[in-house]
Amino acid sequence: MKGQSLKIYVILYLVFLYAPIVLLPLFAFNSGTVIAFPLQGFTFGWFIEVFTTQALLEATRNSVFIAVSVAVLSTCFGLFAARAATRYNFPAKGGIVGFVMLPLVLPEIIVAVSLLVVLIQAGLSTGIWSVIAGHVLICTPFSIAILQGSFTNMDKSLEEAAVDLGETPLSTFRLVTLPLVAPGIIASLLICFTISLDEFIIAFFLSGNEPTLPVYIWGLLRFPARVPVIMALGTLLVALSIILLITAEYFRRRGLRRAGKRDVGGFL
Amino acid sequence: MTKQEPIIRLENVHKYYGDYHALRGITAEIGQGEFFSLLGPSGCGKTTLLRAIAGFEDISSGAIMLGGKNMEGVAPNHRPTNMVFQSYAIFPHLNVEQNVAFGLRKSGMSAADKTRAVGQALEMVGLGGYGARAAHALSGGQRQRVALARALILKPKVLLLDEPLSALDKKMREVMQVELIKLQREVGITFILVTHDQEEALVMSDRIAVMFEGEIAQLDDPERLYRRPVSRRVGEFIGMMNLLEGSLAHSGGYSVDIAGLGRADIAPEQVVGSGAAGAVSIGLRPETLSILFDDDPKSARTAQGVVDEVVYYGDMTYYDLRLDGAARPVRISMRNVVGRPVLEVGARARVSWDPRAFTVFT
Repeated sequence: MKGQSLKIYVILYLVFLYAPIVLLPLFAFNSGTVIAFPLQGFTFGWFIEVFTTQALLEATRNSVFIAVSVAVLSTCFGLFAARAATRYNFPAKGGIVGFVMLPLVLPEIIVAVSLLVVLIQAGLSTGIWSVIAGHVLICTPFSIAILQGSFTNMDKSLEEAAVDLGETPLSTFRLVTLPLVAPGIIASLLICFTISLDEFIIAFFLSGNEPTLPVYIWGLLRFPARVPVIMALGTLLVALSIILLITAEYFRRRGLRRAGKRDVGGFL
Repeated sequence: MTKQEPIIRLENVHKYYGDYHALRGITAEIGQGEFFSLLGPSGCGKTTLLRAIAGFEDISSGAIMLGGKNMEGVAPNHRPTNMVFQSYAIFPHLNVEQNVAFGLRKSGMSAADKTRAVGQALEMVGLGGYGARAAHALSGGQRQRVALARALILKPKVLLLDEPLSALDKKMREVMQVELIKLQREVGITFILVTHDQEEALVMSDRIAVMFEGEIAQLDDPERLYRRPVSRRVGEFIGMMNLLEGSLAHSGGYSVDIAGLGRADIAPEQVVGSGAAGAVSIGLRPETLSILFDDDPKSARTAQGVVDEVVYYGDMTYYDLRLDGAARPVRISMRNVVGRPVLEVGARARVSWDPRAFTVFT
């Protein structure tokens, strides 16, 4: 009987988690403008509208550009910081690493407001670049946390062996360090991309007249007739996320297979 | 060992980690083609010294001369040394061939020459045909061989080995010990081995530096090290050493009175330390006493005792024998010979002894 009740609990939990996401495509293909049952006719119209709304495409382009830049920048910073933190000892290391990781627990609204104040005081305009700066600030700690794991798992003598065999510190990084932390780098890129893509608060404060996708969607909510378009957009994003996740998992497993390691954890 | 200029000269090398004095005035010369071991308990500075020679640690003062050149400020990638790491450090993302060829990247060799060199190196360590094997598909012994091939392919002046056998099981370790000796003789390169295993050092080395607390306590060939330790600590660290109580007298020549054995004259070179007369410990190896069986010829010096413990090893038997009049039992090793019984605990036994084998620690 105990097993039975646990099973029911799990089913309820999964329904709560995923039912809203299942509703997304349901209404995206519904020809009615009101988000309510019963469903009316079947239509591709909302999807067509997604691809023909200029402002929406603009916002999507902004968001993707920001997310890609943030992923690359944060991962670079994360790489340097994680290597320094795991390989070297320097004065006040604990404090410095702690400060770098702080945005992880800082309320985003505080970060957003402070950044806006600083930008205005400095006489800089808000826009894509200021959003990138804000997102790098909150994404770098995630990147460090992921890459620190990669560096800790890596035998320190591998880098020494490469130097011993005649490589410079720079070529050692390229030939040994980079390939070995590559799974961590890919994970970091994906996480930072995802965080930046759906981040709202900082983007809302700092995007100025170049809205990101979340900011644009938030604006659409004031027009009930446009809600099905959001549903269609959401459906596309969910599909994209699933494809991205499967790709990441494929590369992760392939990496493990090549290194001959046993599969533990992972996303799926 | 040849009489040439030493390949490595360590001149009063000191190393501090903050307040910790890790190397305290290391001075030694290592000859071309020598198999040299740094032996000591963990924390004695042997690995630090090896890493300083490789260039991974800066020294605080003194000099490391390699082939007549001072290595100060020379990065590891520019030193004529290569290292076999304790973990072997086989690059997991490369296969065996790529691992071995790693150091040839900047050699300017043609692809065909590289392939041939890699083939030869793998052949030399007994891994011919393993080139395409993935790094993770190798056993411990195979990893060790790949690490050796990868280091030796660059023909270094000195090969540094950091506890290379400690990760292997006993059987494999013994196999690799012999192979390393053969390999070293074949290539003629100077090997410097770091180990905490005294047996390994005795088996493999031309000379051994025993290190305690950042200092070389004794630097000698294995036989002298075993027969004539310069201190009680070295004697106890290398092999097994019985210590008997006794007293030293000095009138013209040295003589000792040993509890359980009796009085004997001792040569001056057998006395280490201050040489002051009085209470001393007398060190003797287990094989320098032998139990007399009935058919053994009469020996000049004998003593009596009771068997306290018997440890049977197959080829050998160790007896702990409590000599009449001695405070502690001594361990005696005896070869097992067909037709000779293994004594029982509690049996009385007669031993013969020879004072020339003793070392007196004053």
